[in-house]
Amino acid sequence: MDRLGSQVHARKYRRALTVLLAMVAVLSLLATSCGNDDGVDIGDRGTAMGDGSLGIVEVEEGDVIQIRSLEAITGDVAFLGLPNQRAVEFAIEHFGQIHGFDVDMGTGLDDLCSADGGQAAAQIIVADEDVIGVIGTSCSGAAVAAAPLITEAGMAMISASNTSPALTSDLAGTEGENRSVGYYRTAHNDRAQGEAVSTFVLEELGLTKAATIHDGDPYTQGLAEAFKDFFERDGGTVTAATAVNKDDTDMVPVLTEIAASSPELLFFPIFQPAGNFVADQAPGIPGLESTVLMGADGLLNLDFLALPQAAGMYLSGPDTRFGSNENESTGTTADEFLDMYEESFGERPAAPFWAHAYDATTLLLEAIKAASWVDGGTLMIDRQGIRDHLNSVQGFQGLIGTINCDEFGDCGASRITVVQNIGGEENADASMENVVYSWAR
Amino acid sequence: MARAEVRPVRRRARKSRTGVDWFLTIMRVAAITVIGLGLLAFIAQEINTDNPFAQWANPDATGLTGAQFQGLIISGVTQGAMYGLIALGYSMVYGVLGFINFAHGEVFMVGAMTGMITSNKLADAGLWESNFVGSLVFIMVVSILVCSLTAVIMERVAYRPLRGSPRLIPLITSIGVSFFLQNASVVLLGPAAKAYPDVPDWIRTKHTFLDIEGAKILVILVAAVSMICLWYFVERTKSGKAMRAVAEDAEIAALMGIDVNRTIVKVFALGGAMAGLAGILWGILFRSVIHTTGFLPGIKAFSAAVVGGIGHLGGAMAGGLSIGVAESVGPLVILEPLGVSGVSQLRDAVAFAVLIGVLLLRPAGLFGERLQAEDRT
Amino acid sequence: MTATLPPTTGPQPGGTQPEAPLAAPRPALAHDWRRIARMGSIAAFGQVFIALSNMPVRLDERLIVKPVLSLGYLVLLILPFAAGYRQGHQIKREGVPTYAPGLNEVVGGLSCGALAGGGLSLLAVLLTHFDLREPLVNWSPILLDLLAFGNATWFAAVIWLVIGGGMGAAGGVLRLLGPRIRRAVVTMALAVAGAAVLESLVVDLAEGLGLETLTDRLYARRGGVNWSSALGLAVVSGLLAVVGRGRFRQARTRVTELEGAKRTQANVGLILLTAAVLIVLPLFAGKLTNELLANVGLFVLLALGLNVVVGLAGILDLGYVAFFAVGSYSAAVLTAATSPKIAPEMPWLAALIVVVIIAGLVGLFIGAPVIRMRGDYLAIVTLGFGEIIRLLFLSDWLSGWFGGSQGITNIPAAGIFGLTDVAGTDPRRVFYLVLAFCALAIYVSWRLEHSRLGRAWMAVREDETVAEAMGINTVNVKLLAFVVGAVLGSFSGAIFAAKVGSVFPTSFLILVSIVILVVVIFGGMGNIIGVIAGSAVLIGVLGGPKQPGLLVEFSEFKLLIYGALLIWMMLARPEGLIPSVRRTRELRQQEMAQDAWLRGEVDDDDGGNGPAGSPSAV
Repeated sequence: MDRLGSQVHARKYRRALTVLLAMVAVLSLLATSCGNDDGVDIGDRGTAMGDGSLGIVEVEEGDVIQIRSLEAITGDVAFLGLPNQRAVEFAIEHFGQIHGFDVDMGTGLDDLCSADGGQAAAQIIVADEDVIGVIGTSCSGAAVAAAPLITEAGMAMISASNTSPALTSDLAGTEGENRSVGYYRTAHNDRAQGEAVSTFVLEELGLTKAATIHDGDPYTQGLAEAFKDFFERDGGTVTAATAVNKDDTDMVPVLTEIAASSPELLFFPIFQPAGNFVADQAPGIPGLESTVLMGADGLLNLDFLALPQAAGMYLSGPDTRFGSNENESTGTTADEFLDMYEESFGERPAAPFWAHAYDATTLLLEAIKAASWVDGGTLMIDRQGIRDHLNSVQGFQGLIGTINCDEFGDCGASRITVVQNIGGEENADASMENVVYSWAR
Repeated sequence: MARAEVRPVRRRARKSRTGVDWFLTIMRVAAITVIGLGLLAFIAQEINTDNPFAQWANPDATGLTGAQFQGLIISGVTQGAMYGLIALGYSMVYGVLGFINFAHGEVFMVGAMTGMITSNKLADAGLWESNFVGSLVFIMVVSILVCSLTAVIMERVAYRPLRGSPRLIPLITSIGVSFFLQNASVVLLGPAAKAYPDVPDWIRTKHTFLDIEGAKILVILVAAVSMICLWYFVERTKSGKAMRAVAEDAEIAALMGIDVNRTIVKVFALGGAMAGLAGILWGILFRSVIHTTGFLPGIKAFSAAVVGGIGHLGGAMAGGLSIGVAESVGPLVILEPLGVSGVSQLRDAVAFAVLIGVLLLRPAGLFGERLQAEDRT
Repeated sequence: MTATLPPTTGPQPGGTQPEAPLAAPRPALAHDWRRIARMGSIAAFGQVFIALSNMPVRLDERLIVKPVLSLGYLVLLILPFAAGYRQGHQIKREGVPTYAPGLNEVVGGLSCGALAGGGLSLLAVLLTHFDLREPLVNWSPILLDLLAFGNATWFAAVIWLVIGGGMGAAGGVLRLLGPRIRRAVVTMALAVAGAAVLESLVVDLAEGLGLETLTDRLYARRGGVNWSSALGLAVVSGLLAVVGRGRFRQARTRVTELEGAKRTQANVGLILLTAAVLIVLPLFAGKLTNELLANVGLFVLLALGLNVVVGLAGILDLGYVAFFAVGSYSAAVLTAATSPKIAPEMPWLAALIVVVIIAGLVGLFIGAPVIRMRGDYLAIVTLGFGEIIRLLFLSDWLSGWFGGSQGITNIPAAGIFGLTDVAGTDPRRVFYLVLAFCALAIYVSWRLEHSRLGRAWMAVREDETVAEAMGINTVNVKLLAFVVGAVLGSFSGAIFAAKVGSVFPTSFLILVSIVILVVVIFGGMGNIIGVIAGSAVLIGVLGGPKQPGLLVEFSEFKLLIYGALLIWMMLARPEGLIPSVRRTRELRQQEMAQDAWLRGEVDDDDGGNGPAGSPSAV
């Protein structure tokens, strides 16, 4: 038995048992010259997908199907992870039973938005051999460490908000260096957003000199880098590519550094509060008075749009006009979801990836449904079948639009939009919908 | 400890130089060389970015305009004024007790948080817009009271019981207090950044006077005024005299009939008040506060106190201004001309480097230490 | 949770002889009411703080005893109990108790506890009538619901007075019990709490050992100890405590009284036994336990390193994380094929030699400029160095070398002589690797402590001037401490890089330094066993900066608790959980030597224990 197999097999499948069963099988083969050489009786598979190569999980009658949520639910990224986790809970509830079995998310796990945190949480997940799949992580850095563990245990992993190209591909056919087989995501790829922003700036705004700021976060750095690649490829010049720290408040030095290179546009795909300070202090810097400011989804929220200094700014991000999009598995629309969310938690989600998390969960549950069958009251789930199903997802209607999985695990709709802030607190909601440019892969 | 600190100077004169001495000398020379080279390259690129020296140092050099340079300096001075206000607390406490109150930066954070809560409540009531100046004074008073109280409670609970124990013990305790306050803010108020209500235009926009934003003028003015008040208090009033006496020699001061405990409480209250004031200024300037707001400014303010010569009030202010200007100007004037990329990421590193450099070159700070509490212990 | 109980209590701490009261009990109502009011209101304030920190709500999911008690409610019971117990603290005049405990303690405890509970009652009322959700994020109906047990507000108001009073009275009663029974009660509480806290560990181990039936009995299906099992556990442990404690003590005394060779024999036996358990245990444990053990081991390694610097040489290094970072990054650069600039792709063990050299050099580089500074300046400057090093790893400037914010990923597993590959996918192997390095670190620290160098360190720690006068080259000695600490820290870093398989600058925040410092101080500065115990308790149960512990639910609060713990330890027990004898003497000696008036006013309200750590302090 290979190393992979031994990890996958539940305790019911202990090596000893397998050996014993194999011996019995051999004996019976010898005795009757016919029999089942599978080793384990798995009943009638019906049309369930998979070949059993990653093992089969049995859920006994009265037990529940275990999936897990692994999101950044504490710390300064909780605004992203918490809505994701809640969306997973909603999706499980709306999806209902699978072949008469309930689905359980257990306690929501925390990826701490870091590699070590992701790994530690992944160990907790894989220690429970009954877990079928994981929704997460929130941060790409956590996925780098968590995905190998989770996928090697035969589980499927679908992230709602990882965007790093290293985890899937660069969208040009080159596999990312941290890609794990069995890892999928419904979020867009940074390369998509980079290209979209670059095209928007060059073609729509007609500007050719741009500067970028990131804040030392792998996400913002990756996005700034992707923008730079496409911008320079298509004839633009990046006059300055610099960085701040997340805790910085006084942006005058960094803005002065940028002003010295006199760009026409400043792209700063960073988060709050540093983003507020950049937007606030940039117009006061000699040389940046008329520079166009542009942020990304880290700032694409009502709080930021309501700020006086953010008036007129452009913000790129995944297409968040979910509106009446309906998830084909549960029949819930994005608007209905938001109403339910607000009713339960007294607030609206602060980041848009809840929709991706909801769709990711329904995708996983659909896959479980497609790869499982009931045998004598026990639900049998084929781990390989889940991946087979996910690999073949095409044209799935989710809250985020049409979902197609490519060969590297990128399933997201990858529709990127740019909105322009109308300005003023009262217009924040309208600004969210004020799409001036839309891009699709 | 003070003796231990002075001794190397004497010994260096007598004994031969050790490996460490050589190493330190090399580091000093290296530091001065880097600074010198950076400055020269900056001057070269200001003259003409095409001249060979500037090109050699950094081919992408662009140079700064006069207005840009002025903006940098003003931003550094503003930031430095706030560091200076916070540094006063470090300096005074070090003066009388001889230990670093690591948690003093968190008192500043408490001030900024208090300001955020009160100003938002005022804005809800409509007072913030209708009477901004009155509201501003009000939140300053509230913040000063809250911060003084925080500092006094801190002293009573965490430091007073430890008075006289080995000097690292209260320092470790104060690290604990700092950690506790920071995380108490997280669990009570949430981990997200919280905004101040919007300020009137005259705060936000630049004024013709020197082309400075109103908020920055306000910060510098308030810092200057409070500095003068503090100086008056310490030098001219009875309580101030008592503080200086306790700082000079607590034992003798007690014999002279000064209530040492009361005086120490007053020192903490005063330091807290300054930090509270700085917190409000921070809030007005940046209009956003988060639980980590106090940590780095606190450490930089401590650096400021050391740079100025700990225990020296004027020195604290001067140290604050130096650190503020250094971290604002340093990356662009020294590192950028040398071809370092993404220099603004390194501004904290520059601030720490200033601290290390000053301690290497002039351990007693720019103005020398005045209140030598450690002579006692 | 019983950690709030004072370690030494009563007139004869730890004594087994019957107490002989020297005076009659005080009348039940003769109280210093001011003192009770003060202590009660402090506890009430603490209760409100805990409630508003969201701890009860978050921890409510974690059951301690099913279905009676959740961790969420438990945290609301501790303070009234502690206040009730504490108020009975006797004022001893010249070490002699002035009165015997009696009903007085119970009444005092009751009032104190009721006051503390009253804080929650007041909070419940305020929660219903005001909306302070704006600044206080946890001011929510959920909290009110929890406080009222799902009933109306008035119910909450009454029930918390009753519960508080009850807990306070219980605290008072504990004072009345003889030391033997008190110990039994404490053991019972510890046993049940321990069983609940260690649940996932015990279940995991039991599964490996084939003892599922036992744990199935002990624990309820979705967490928590069954109440019947809890009762049984309490009875058994209580009995064991009463019967066994004396014997344990005797056995220990016998060992400590052994002479020379026999003593060594006993020690060696003990060490071998511990080693055997640590080697065999992981074989039966699942991934969960092994991951936990591996994380604890990494921190033991770090803490042992810091212990050399802080504990032995007395240098407060707040930038210790720098060495952890340097170890991780140099291991990553040397072994990973994806390292941006130079990628020699060395085998891990070979790389380790280079890592040690680099870490030693960095130790020298950081140590040399700071070594002559005063202790407190040194602390801040090392903190600065720690931050500078992280910023350099993060910076765009050096991203061509270290990957900047994208870090270095795809670090290969650590190959050990071609025998085995150690990577994060198999935490058991990681643990064995960590164990081997811990053993090395323990041996090194132990040998160093008793060497000439170790004695020099301690001399420097106690009094630098005198040490120098005795002919010790203080500068070199202190530098060596820095280097040894750096090398031990870099071991941990190198294993960390291979374990996680990637390094990012976010793993090396100043926070890590502080957490290691808390671990060392909590365990006992300068004591190897103490440091190990400190890591096991803190990192194992509460979790490290980015590592979940057994109480996963605590992740939001662990930093808060670390801060509080640091303050409390310094005030009450600066020598740590398992103190080093020598260190304790130092701490106490200095106290004796100080001028009495400098201690601050001798505050009778506080039971005369103004200066912390004076013998009667808690």
